Amino acid sequence: MTFELFLQHFINGISLGSLYALIAIGYTMVYGIVRLINFAHGDIIMLAAYFVFFGVGLFHMPWWLAALFSIVLTALVGMGIEKAAYKPLRDAPRISILISAIGVSFFLENFGIVVFGGRPQAFYSPEVFQRVIKLGNVSIISLGIIIPIIAITLLLGLVYVVNNTRTGMAMRACSKDIDTAKLMGIDVDRIISLTFGLGSALAAVGGIMWGLKYPQLHPLIGIMPGLKCFIAAVVGGIGNIPGAMLGGFILGLGEILLVAFLPGLSGYRDAFAFVILILILLFRPTGILGEKVAEKV
Amino acid sequence: MNLLEVKNITVKFGGLTAVSDFSLSLKKGEIVGLIGPNGAGKTTAFNAITGIYKPTSGGINFGGKDITRMQPDKITKLGIARTFQNIRLFSNLSVLENVLVAHHLRLKSSFAAAMLRLPGYLREERAMRKEAEELLGGLALSRFMDEKAGSLPYGQQRRLEIARALATHPKILLLDEPAAGMNPKESHELMEFIEEIRDKFDLSIFMIEHHMQVVMGICERILVLDHGVTIAEGSPEDIQGNQKVIEAYLGVETDA
Amino acid sequence: MKSTAKILLSIAAILLFFVFLYWAQKNLDPYKVRILNLCAINIILTLSLNLTNGFTGLFSLGTAGFMAVGAYVSALLTMPYDIKTMNFFMVPINPVLAELHAPFIAALILAGIVSTVVGFLIGAPVLKLKGDYLAIATLGFGEIISVVFTNTQTITNGALGLKGIPQYTILYWSWGTAVIVIIGLMMLLNSSYGRAFKAIREDETAAQAMGINLFYHKLLSFSISAFIAGIGGALLGNLISTIDPTMFRFSLTYQILLMVVLGGMGSITGSVISASIMTVIMELLRAVESPMNLGFISLPGIPGMRMVVFSALLIAVALFMRRGIMGEKEFSWDMLFGKGAGRRESA
Ligand SMILES: Nc1ncnc2c1ncn2[C@@H]1O[C@H](COP(=O)(O)OP(=O)(O)OP(=O)(O)O)[C@@H](O)[C@H]1O
Ligand SMILES: [Mg+2]
Repeated sequence: MTFELFLQHFINGISLGSLYALIAIGYTMVYGIVRLINFAHGDIIMLAAYFVFFGVGLFHMPWWLAALFSIVLTALVGMGIEKAAYKPLRDAPRISILISAIGVSFFLENFGIVVFGGRPQAFYSPEVFQRVIKLGNVSIISLGIIIPIIAITLLLGLVYVVNNTRTGMAMRACSKDIDTAKLMGIDVDRIISLTFGLGSALAAVGGIMWGLKYPQLHPLIGIMPGLKCFIAAVVGGIGNIPGAMLGGFILGLGEILLVAFLPGLSGYRDAFAFVILILILLFRPTGILGEKVAEKV
Repeated sequence: MNLLEVKNITVKFGGLTAVSDFSLSLKKGEIVGLIGPNGAGKTTAFNAITGIYKPTSGGINFGGKDITRMQPDKITKLGIARTFQNIRLFSNLSVLENVLVAHHLRLKSSFAAAMLRLPGYLREERAMRKEAEELLGGLALSRFMDEKAGSLPYGQQRRLEIARALATHPKILLLDEPAAGMNPKESHELMEFIEEIRDKFDLSIFMIEHHMQVVMGICERILVLDHGVTIAEGSPEDIQGNQKVIEAYLGVETDA
Repeated sequence: MKSTAKILLSIAAILLFFVFLYWAQKNLDPYKVRILNLCAINIILTLSLNLTNGFTGLFSLGTAGFMAVGAYVSALLTMPYDIKTMNFFMVPINPVLAELHAPFIAALILAGIVSTVVGFLIGAPVLKLKGDYLAIATLGFGEIISVVFTNTQTITNGALGLKGIPQYTILYWSWGTAVIVIIGLMMLLNSSYGRAFKAIREDETAAQAMGINLFYHKLLSFSISAFIAGIGGALLGNLISTIDPTMFRFSLTYQILLMVVLGGMGSITGSVISASIMTVIMELLRAVESPMNLGFISLPGIPGMRMVVFSALLIAVALFMRRGIMGEKEFSWDMLFGKGAGRRESA
């Protein structure tokens, strides 16, 4: 493999990794606060992509407006899901919330099939994203650079919000100890709702960019990225925001490089994440950046 | 000879040292108490002995075997049983089933033999049922036998937890605040009960207890923890007069 | 009631039921027979999932994957040589597999065994996980099995799937297996091992402190569940005669999960009841997917609507009917007669 080719794969991996990172954040933030794997998070990605699709196709919005509209709408959907399906079960056994989450995920997928149609559709991709950029001997599509730039900007923005704003502080307090946070006068319901909104908005950006990268829309497109990004969150250490980013990049890069170096295995591309999951669980169950917590007995 | 030998164990959680340099030797038939203010690390010491937490350093030896990093179920099989500070019964199982579960560790039949009800298994099942019923009878729990463990009154739940621990046939019994929530009369009965089972089942007992009356009443030896550090060890009289202990408890509830 | 009387009553009920099946196999139209077969298969699958999720507290979502393994094993063992080679027109079948053949009973058992081996291999690493972690890991592995089957073309014929699997699954096979699974599980769960499973479900830490080897018992439960799911998948494959990897994906697992939850996690009879009801409801719901003519207005069919209803039901059960139909209780003769007696007294 020439260096140029490697560089091409590398950039591709970074761009996939940054998408994973964006989506993984949502899992980790929600898990950090309510200890729930939001099974529907993957399907949120799918919704966001479809919102853009319909915004442009049906309502003739300019592309940027459709994207904006999709992000807001997706955030609202994320918050709505929390209100309708998770909040009533906050004091129920965890298994009930888990089942409810699975139900929501399954519902969104089937709802998608009924409303959006089961056939794959082509996603609109504005011309700016498709320009070929030449860097010496390496030629890349502009999207491959735009994705990581947007993703990394958003991730840094999120880190800033979480570390430096009052809301961010409240979020961290809730994830440390939700009962104490409540006693300290933090409006826990609002924080949880915001967390879902923020996580979903980031996932929406991820989903839209996913649609640009893989322009085949289908109501089930969210499932595999959903599972993989959850794994990314676990690899990085669930509940840990920088961890989710790290996990996302590891998975994205790993997946692309695996296919690049061992093309014979390209059919098993989707299995790569699960092999990583097993390895991590065997050797470092709390993830790379996660701290070890022994259950209190 | 010492049955249990805990040598200088330290348990850390991240930056917090919950137990530091803790040592204990327990002889056959002894009743030893562990006291200390809230958060002193008593339960953590228990968890380290029973394998639920792995000590950061130090070693634990039981009957000549090194059990420091053993899984909790192996340790129980070797003969150390325990109760929990916040009762952990199998709430949806019946009282009898709770005790039967504790017999499972001695079961010889394979799952296939058990499923097919082969004679060997039936014999084992009958024997464990008989023993469990006797045990429950001895603990005045017979009449609750078929009730769900979770529906029992608090005091009975504590008793059942002890019964369940006894059913594993331990050599050492660790009791984590067995008298919690009991009034003086009840804790007095509990004291007698503990001595009784010690004799009947040939046990050594290591117990955490806040009720001074209970600790002072039946323990031959007492260890005092404060912030993870063993600040005193000795007979009940020694402990009562120990200045450090009094200071550790000052301002901290000395219920009893 | 005396326990011997209860056993006799149960045997009588089962015999009576098989008399009904004998009649049904001969007299009912193929569509109704198929629904009855599906009932039995869904009962088997629901019980398989209930063993881990309801009785052992292991929230597993790998059922569809194990079914796939079972279905393919049995299909490859029961399909005649010619049909096999005809199926594999893109990439030829592995010659050893082409020659393999076994009677249905052996194929079923082997389907179960291979599925158990796969279950064991997956379970050994993932059963260290708890709760929703385990759920997502097993779900992932279920999906991976379908990915693998799409890629192993010389064995599974890849995405093309297998067509023309002999339709050996008749009522005696499906219901015979269901009855064996029901009785087998009842015996297992009422044994010391079953108590150990339930103890793990109730409180893992306490169970381990009582000397129960968590890993061994979890793996045991998981493997038995995989065994049953494998057989269920085999029966399904030999009923519908066409299988492909996409059939065995999460959607199938979720359908079975709904049956488990609806029946009551930790209730065998609950699973039997809910699997039967849901199978029938799923068939009735086909109506919403086909065009309807209400006389004054004709509605177009909405493909996929069935699953929307289905998933909405799953959320509703989680929200409003947490304990399902039976909770952890079992239907018993005492319940039936006890209630009857009560009513008579009050009258
Ligand atoms: N799993 C754990 N992770 C982190 N910290 C822990 C864990 N278990 C215990 N601790 C901490 O270790 C310290 C000792 O706790 P421990 O439960 O052993 O105290 P204790 O002496 O039993 O107190 P009490 O009288 O309240 O039962 C406490 O500060 C506690 O918060
Ligand atoms: Mg304690």
